[in-house]
Amino acid sequence: MTSVPAVEARNLFKVFGRNPNQAVRRLREGQTRTEVADAGTAAVIDASFTVNPGEIFVIMGLSGSGKSTIIRMLNGLLQPTAGEVLVQGRNVTTASPAELRDIRRTSVSMVFQHFALLPHLTVLDNAAYALEIQGIGKTERRRRAMDILERVGLGDRADAMPDELSGGMRQRVGIARALTAGSDILLMDEAFSALDPLIRREMQEQLVELQAELGRTIVFITHDLNEAMFLGDRIAVMRDGRIVQNGTPEEILTDPANDYVAQFVQDVDRARVLTAAGVMEPAHVTTPISAGVRGALRVLRENQAGAVFAVEGRRLVGVVTDRAVIRAVKSGQTDLRQIVDTSVTTVGPDDLLTDIVERAVEATVPLAVVDENRRLLGAIPRVTLLAALGNVPAVTREMPIIQTPIEMVAEFTPLVDAVASAPAPNSDGTGDGAPPAAVAMGGGER
Amino acid sequence: MDLFQWLADGARIPLGSWVRALIDWVIEYLGFIFDFIATVFRGIYDGAEWLFLTPPFWVIVIIVAGIAWLAKGPRLAVGSVIGLLLIGSLDQWDNAMQTLALTLVSVLIATIIAIPIGIWAARSQTVSNIVRPILDFLQTMPAFVYLIPAIFLFSVGVVPGIVATILFAVAPGVRLTELGIRGVDSEVVEAGNAFGATPGRILRQIQLPLAMPSIMAGINQVIMLALSMAVIASMVGAPGLGKDIIQALSRTNISLGFEAGLAVVIIAMILDRVTGGFGARTRRRRISTAGTARASAPATA
Repeated sequence: MTSVPAVEARNLFKVFGRNPNQAVRRLREGQTRTEVADAGTAAVIDASFTVNPGEIFVIMGLSGSGKSTIIRMLNGLLQPTAGEVLVQGRNVTTASPAELRDIRRTSVSMVFQHFALLPHLTVLDNAAYALEIQGIGKTERRRRAMDILERVGLGDRADAMPDELSGGMRQRVGIARALTAGSDILLMDEAFSALDPLIRREMQEQLVELQAELGRTIVFITHDLNEAMFLGDRIAVMRDGRIVQNGTPEEILTDPANDYVAQFVQDVDRARVLTAAGVMEPAHVTTPISAGVRGALRVLRENQAGAVFAVEGRRLVGVVTDRAVIRAVKSGQTDLRQIVDTSVTTVGPDDLLTDIVERAVEATVPLAVVDENRRLLGAIPRVTLLAALGNVPAVTREMPIIQTPIEMVAEFTPLVDAVASAPAPNSDGTGDGAPPAAVAMGGGER
Repeated sequence: MDLFQWLADGARIPLGSWVRALIDWVIEYLGFIFDFIATVFRGIYDGAEWLFLTPPFWVIVIIVAGIAWLAKGPRLAVGSVIGLLLIGSLDQWDNAMQTLALTLVSVLIATIIAIPIGIWAARSQTVSNIVRPILDFLQTMPAFVYLIPAIFLFSVGVVPGIVATILFAVAPGVRLTELGIRGVDSEVVEAGNAFGATPGRILRQIQLPLAMPSIMAGINQVIMLALSMAVIASMVGAPGLGKDIIQALSRTNISLGFEAGLAVVIIAMILDRVTGGFGARTRRRRISTAGTARASAPATA
């Protein structure tokens, strides 16, 4: 698995202009981009990164930051002034023209910002173009191109000419052409930037789906941070030719390397980036199912909470509300299992906040974050969710959920007091050991 | 004034005699090349002339009408027939066919020269920089001047006419080929490269097809220039309508001059409309297939 990186860029420099080599030398000595402007325009300065097989690696930056230059060096359309590029272990920079063509045919294909379809060929022949270059016979390549066209939803437009398609459709042909090539690596240069926002969102989702299905490695260039955050497994942020930060979307969002990145990520749609695991808090308000109704009541009171998660081992059984506890206490029930509500709303740790928000609004208790074994990893109270979306640093660890009307609370308060003060010593005396166990479990949780 | 006098007397550059010396040298040592070229050109011309003059005139008329129909439609076909019949009734048929043969042979050779040079100039800025002033020179040099060395190199007859015509007419072919290829969307060429196409394949599959409208416009220009030069070429003994025109000029024979001149105009118009029609078709083909596909689109969608 951890064999050869799909793409590896080592100390890439690209300077356009009169004296590129001198400019690179001076940049290495620490001069800035503006200082070497007399020798040439430095488009890319000392860029190094590794793209792992199967991931979407996004290079993000504003126009003029050098991202399009970088991607063109990855498949040798541009020759770096210094540094080298390895694609699946093969050196692109030192390759002969014939080797370079071979690398492009077998390893790297490309999707262009303005689609770059051949206007005189049909959609089908455009999609089959890469195979034609590879020397594959007409029927075979058309069959394979048709497969991919159907996958991207253009099966019925195979005989159309590119100029009768909408932008989104044309880019689908562009993607189909790159996918048909069968190469492991896809370079996408601002592939969705020329599309209108609705189509763009749709294409992004489709790309993620396709990538999950086909497992290609994708290097994606964009100036749109939301797009970068949505697509990227890892993101390299570029500014003035340099990579200023390289990390996962969450790292970049929560821990920007400098003010530039921080300012940049200010406007990002955080709901599409942050995951449940990223914003959840430790689940304080829990009680072991063995602690019984009284144990649950104590935890509720201590935490001034309206509901408590019942756990068994570390697994979530369900949620117990104050109302149910009081009712059970009144009717003399002691088994927590009888009153636990197992239909509690849970979310996975990797769920995006976008997908959680709706459930959080409907839920009356904090969302439980559980893994695939239903182990309770943490909780997301609504306020935490809102704070995360609004980029407000969390200062409180409390879970002030008020889920019942005030009148009801007032009605129950005397009862609760009476019950809680009276049997508390008793519970210690029963030898059940439930409340101490609850504390112990709570400690173990941390 | 003195300076001029001094320049003319003392510093006079004998450029003219140098060129003459060069031509002499060329004839002396490279004469065999020109003999070879002369043989080839004459052979091609004789073939073309035979092709146009052997069949009875109505066969030619029908063929031209058919081509005109294909290129543009029935109206051009009818117009061509009327024009050709008019030439026949002016008793200029043989001359017109000779001019047509001379023009088409020159155009054929000029195109064979122009397109590769245009492609080369589009790929290399150095070549482009070298070729451009040469084209300027060829295009602006008074047409008659070509005839003089052509006579020296090829003696009098149809061959110097063809050579002079080619030199005069080749420029727009080169220019518009270069322009067309340079005008091809660079991202599409980049796409060809990115998928590992060889330069030759990119030229064949991307650059030439996309540059075709511009190349066709260039060929159209080549034909027009070649026709005008084909008339002048008669001064060095090339057959055709030009002979009558020059005769008319020297005898101030208005009626003969007008009749031959009108025949030239008719041929020019037919050639222009036909090549223009074919040029437009290369552009239109895409749109028309687009139209039919769009018409069928609602059914599939």
